[in-house]
Amino acid sequence: MADDKDVLRDVWFGRIPTCFTLNPDELTDREAEPYYLLLPRVSYLTLVTDKVKKHFLKVMKAEDVEEMWFEYEGTPLKWHYPIGVLFDLHASNTVLPWNITVHFKNFPDHDLLHCPATSIIEAHFMSSIKEADALKHKSQVVNDMQKKDHKQLWMGLQNDKFDQFWAMNRKLMEYSTEEGGFRYIPFRIYQTMSDRPFIQKLFRPVSAEGNAHTLSDLLNEMLPSAVPNEGEQKRYQVVIHGIEPLLETPLQWLSEHLSHPDNFLHICIIPTPTD
Amino acid sequence: MSDNAESPTESQKEESQPPSDDSATNEEKKKIDVLLKAVGDTPIMKTKKWAVDKGRTVQSLAQFISRFLKLDANEQLFIYVNQSFAPSPDQEVGVLFDCFGSDGKLVLHYCKSQAWG
Repeated sequence: MADDKDVLRDVWFGRIPTCFTLNPDELTDREAEPYYLLLPRVSYLTLVTDKVKKHFLKVMKAEDVEEMWFEYEGTPLKWHYPIGVLFDLHASNTVLPWNITVHFKNFPDHDLLHCPATSIIEAHFMSSIKEADALKHKSQVVNDMQKKDHKQLWMGLQNDKFDQFWAMNRKLMEYSTEEGGFRYIPFRIYQTMSDRPFIQKLFRPVSAEGNAHTLSDLLNEMLPSAVPNEGEQKRYQVVIHGIEPLLETPLQWLSEHLSHPDNFLHICIIPTPTD
Repeated sequence: MSDNAESPTESQKEESQPPSDDSATNEEKKKIDVLLKAVGDTPIMKTKKWAVDKGRTVQSLAQFISRFLKLDANEQLFIYVNQSFAPSPDQEVGVLFDCFGSDGKLVLHYCKSQAWG
């Protein structure tokens, strides 16, 4: 059960100050001022940027406008990853605000999924929750919910309603005490240095001997290079929601408290800054 | 996200083929066995079992099925795991196999309309 409610609140209300600038190649009637916004870490870019779109459309002709997409220092930003994951992966250890470039043409089909409507984000979000519950409870919890319960999870995220979301999400975080945790921990490990989207495999929160698995145990199994050997300098930072949790933290606790609303624990492995 | 949809890298798996050592048949496990099942009025595929590259994306697999079934370009194709969720189009089938495969294969359902949630 999720007892540490303060942690859940801190995670939910995490914000990233962001400056949106129009790509200089876009055709405009007059100069486009940058637009500033506090982005919720747990949300999705295309869900919280209506105001950004409206702002830039004011200086553009309708015929010059195609699907909006975002880029940071040459990297197209995947809207279907949580905002906090995009920031931690591509922009942590840089100066704030986060400078994002806004594009309205040359959509990079090879790198990004199209997002023509909010319903696409909702479908993606609900699928992630279902996938996570398939790992946690063999889908039993999410299948026992009604349509309106699913809607409550989505509306909670869409409208930034912590209490509404968690009133339902707490059911997805339950487990029997005798098992000591979920069946498997829904996690994804991202690396900047890899072409592969992410690492996701089956991993139990408790070892065969009955000991709680830690973040360190998970990394040693999935990506040993991320954990420094004894006496070795730390080459990578292991970042969740912008912080580096102790590697001794039990994985079950992390899954309950530091998962994104999609119920996955998103872990970013980034090179340690050298300065 | 469009992997090269034109490259027919799938190889048909003969159902009648006797089971042999997996690592040998699947090129040191670079490929996984995927069982494709149609839902509702979506046409079935004569060959249901395919050996698919682990790194292949869901989207690229969906494009392959659409071409195989000769669907119109404007017809959508949904792919489901466990008859419950639609994996992200950029998800690798190898990841789905690792997490949701059973008996050495990954069962995927495909449908022309949204079948589950």
